[in-house]
Amino acid sequence: MLGFVIQRLLQAALVMVAMSALVFAGVYAIGNPIDVLISPDATQDIRAEAIRRLGLDLPLWQQYLAFLGRLLRGDFGTSFVFGMPVLDLILSRLPATLELALAAVLIGTLVGVPLGVYAGYRPDSPVARAIMAVSVLGFSVPTFWVGLILILTFAVNLDWLPAGDRGPTVEVFGIGWSFLTLEGLSFLLLPALNLSLFKLAMMIRLSRAGTREAMLTDTVKFARAAGLKDRTILRRHVLRLISIPIVTVFGLELGSTLAFAVVTETIFSWPGVGKLIIDSITSLDRPVMVAYLVLVAFLFVTINLVVDLSYALLDPRLRRHGAAA
Amino acid sequence: MNAFWREYAENKVALAAALIVLIIVSAALSAPWIAPQDPYDLAGLNLMDARRPPGFVGSNGYPHLLGTDAQGRDLFSAILYGLRISLQMGVAAGLVALSIGALLGILAAQAGGWIETAIMRVVDLQLSFPAILLALVLVAVLGQGKSQLVIALVAAQYAYFARTAYGAASAERRKDYVEAAAATPLGTLHIVFRHILPNVLPPLIVVATVQVANAISLEATLSFLGLGLPPTEPSLGMLIANGFQYMMSGRYWISVYPGLALIVLIVGINLVGDQLRDQTNPRLRR
Repeated sequence: MLGFVIQRLLQAALVMVAMSALVFAGVYAIGNPIDVLISPDATQDIRAEAIRRLGLDLPLWQQYLAFLGRLLRGDFGTSFVFGMPVLDLILSRLPATLELALAAVLIGTLVGVPLGVYAGYRPDSPVARAIMAVSVLGFSVPTFWVGLILILTFAVNLDWLPAGDRGPTVEVFGIGWSFLTLEGLSFLLLPALNLSLFKLAMMIRLSRAGTREAMLTDTVKFARAAGLKDRTILRRHVLRLISIPIVTVFGLELGSTLAFAVVTETIFSWPGVGKLIIDSITSLDRPVMVAYLVLVAFLFVTINLVVDLSYALLDPRLRRHGAAA
Repeated sequence: MNAFWREYAENKVALAAALIVLIIVSAALSAPWIAPQDPYDLAGLNLMDARRPPGFVGSNGYPHLLGTDAQGRDLFSAILYGLRISLQMGVAAGLVALSIGALLGILAAQAGGWIETAIMRVVDLQLSFPAILLALVLVAVLGQGKSQLVIALVAAQYAYFARTAYGAASAERRKDYVEAAAATPLGTLHIVFRHILPNVLPPLIVVATVQVANAISLEATLSFLGLGLPPTEPSLGMLIANGFQYMMSGRYWISVYPGLALIVLIVGINLVGDQLRDQTNPRLRR
């Protein structure tokens, strides 16, 4: 087991080094690094000073090592647009994105699982067919389009909910949250709904497939023979049988939802990390781009590592074969 | 082939979807002949006609079926031309990703050893990484343009093809006839191209239909975010983005109709792909 852990840790580290090299090559080496690191408004003296200080006159491999060193210290430089350290900037935007992503995954699960269980329980009923049609749409219709329709319907035509922005927040532990007030919730609802649609579709499929299988198991047959009502069987037994894959996907999806929030945040002007990265791409705020890329890569490498390790923990076969694969 | 088509036609939804996709594609291809207006011809635009609702009869004397946009462009024509660009991007990206993915997948299955481990590790890692982020990053680094966008889409999608090709090719390699062929003096390349590739292609084509739809959707998303194609190449995503600001004042048609065209196309292709997948899946065969 220890060998497997070390091997996967090494692989993860290797991937991070490769990613950082790609980011370095992409953002620093292809463009002019001076434009990347120094604001275009800087005077000649400041430029010359910065070139020396940042070591841009050194050979490329030394520059890369210095770049790696700065990354490891969490030093991502200063944003051109906001004039503050990039790491602080991203951390200040993170709660908004986390709140949105969490709300979306919760909606997707709480709505999607019951719908999926029903569709698996009565697969041929018209309601089940309607549910599956919703899930097909959720998979294939682009997120940004659904966002537009939500705004058009609920903000412009019905005028029930605000069309964007985050609205008032309540400070708890020095961080602003939207879900604590009714007004904050009204701002959160549309973007969360928009972001949840893809998760909803996935949860429907997952729990439908799980339920169809679970309905054939002996557990359910015996429960029926014992005279339990179908409602009770679904709630007590089927839900428990399908909960493991759902919890796994719930955890995994939280990571990708953080990433997908890019689109939703842009449409609803939600002041999270996703909107920050789009804004920094359009305004060429490169330090923010680099930091975001490295952090997202880190997030996904960590998720993969945790998944690999927990599977190995659950399935001894992987541990033994892991060293070879 | 005939039996395949007959089985396909049994599913009425898939049949309707195939027809709709066919109609949209041929409408897009024949856009220069059926569109009432050339949306690129700035001289033909009249600002007096700008932002008019569907059915408005403009200064050119014909009704704008779907209304006009902020420049006074006939939206129906703009959608037809936008479909051309979206389809072009989706098909180009799909084909290149198919070739690269198939090559990598078959190579991994054929070579084995550390080459197999390295390729499939990278592919799996990429599959766990959201495609939209990867495309976003590449577009940000490479800049705007058609070929840059195709590169970004391919990079975001080749992994699906590589996984499929790898699975099919490693299953095929273990079959007796391939082992038998390998025992003869035939070269490895001959075996790969004459025996493995033809058997790997059907599942790849199924993946390709769905991936073309995904590429179109991804391109529209990037263009909507202002990171896709330059403004000189108005794809559907850009048309939708241009109309977004007018939506708040109730001029819904500038965004809604290009979006409807996009969705009908994507859902149509997906339904066709679903049916093809069910039909080629041996597990569902009786």
